[in-house]
Amino acid sequence: MEDQIVRITSRLVTPFIQVYGIYVILHGHLSPGGGFSGGAIFGASLVLVALSFNLEVGAKQISHATASVLESGGALGFVVTGLVGVAFGANFLANRAAGFPLGEAGELFSAGAIFIITAFLGVKVASTIVTLFYNIIEGEEKSGDAH
Amino acid sequence: MTEVLTEVLNALLLLFLIVCAIAVAQIRDMLSAVIVFASFGLIMAIVWQQLSSPDVAMVEAALGTGVTTLLLIAAISKTRRAE
Repeated sequence: MEDQIVRITSRLVTPFIQVYGIYVILHGHLSPGGGFSGGAIFGASLVLVALSFNLEVGAKQISHATASVLESGGALGFVVTGLVGVAFGANFLANRAAGFPLGEAGELFSAGAIFIITAFLGVKVASTIVTLFYNIIEGEEKSGDAH
Repeated sequence: MTEVLTEVLNALLLLFLIVCAIAVAQIRDMLSAVIVFASFGLIMAIVWQQLSSPDVAMVEAALGTGVTTLLLIAAISKTRRAE
């Protein structure tokens, strides 16, 4: 499915989608959206490139192996951020009790751990969507190994 | 006046939603069905917004319209287009 119009349109639109996805992830604690919505938007832009060009161009942006590593890394970062609360003698995913600085209400760098957790969630969701896409596309050739 | 216009807009959106849902089930061409399904998701996102849940609307627009369509098109490109 190689098409000139689709390729040029996706090349023009992709940077804007990615910036919007990052915006939604980073403003998750201030406005509607958050890690899940922003990660889905960002992951969709990566899949769009791989689908409108070809798999080699898509793999140059983010390959299947990189997406798998990022997916596990996002989940690991979430758990580690939660365990910081346990390390400082509070509950799992504790925010203020664990000593995270809360900052000014309404500012970008506020709400303590929520900011970090949302960023890790965004990475996790975006790479999960890319991994889903690669699993569908490469399904037959790579059915042997488990992802 | 504004309330009446909002009601008319909501009724039109729901009508289009029903038409899209029936059309998805009726269309025999897979690619056309996927495109109609994407427009279903887009209208659904606006309906969520009208129901004052912008968070769900954002997820619906990203997942229901974007990712689902991309994954279904990927599935079509691996299989046959006609039913």
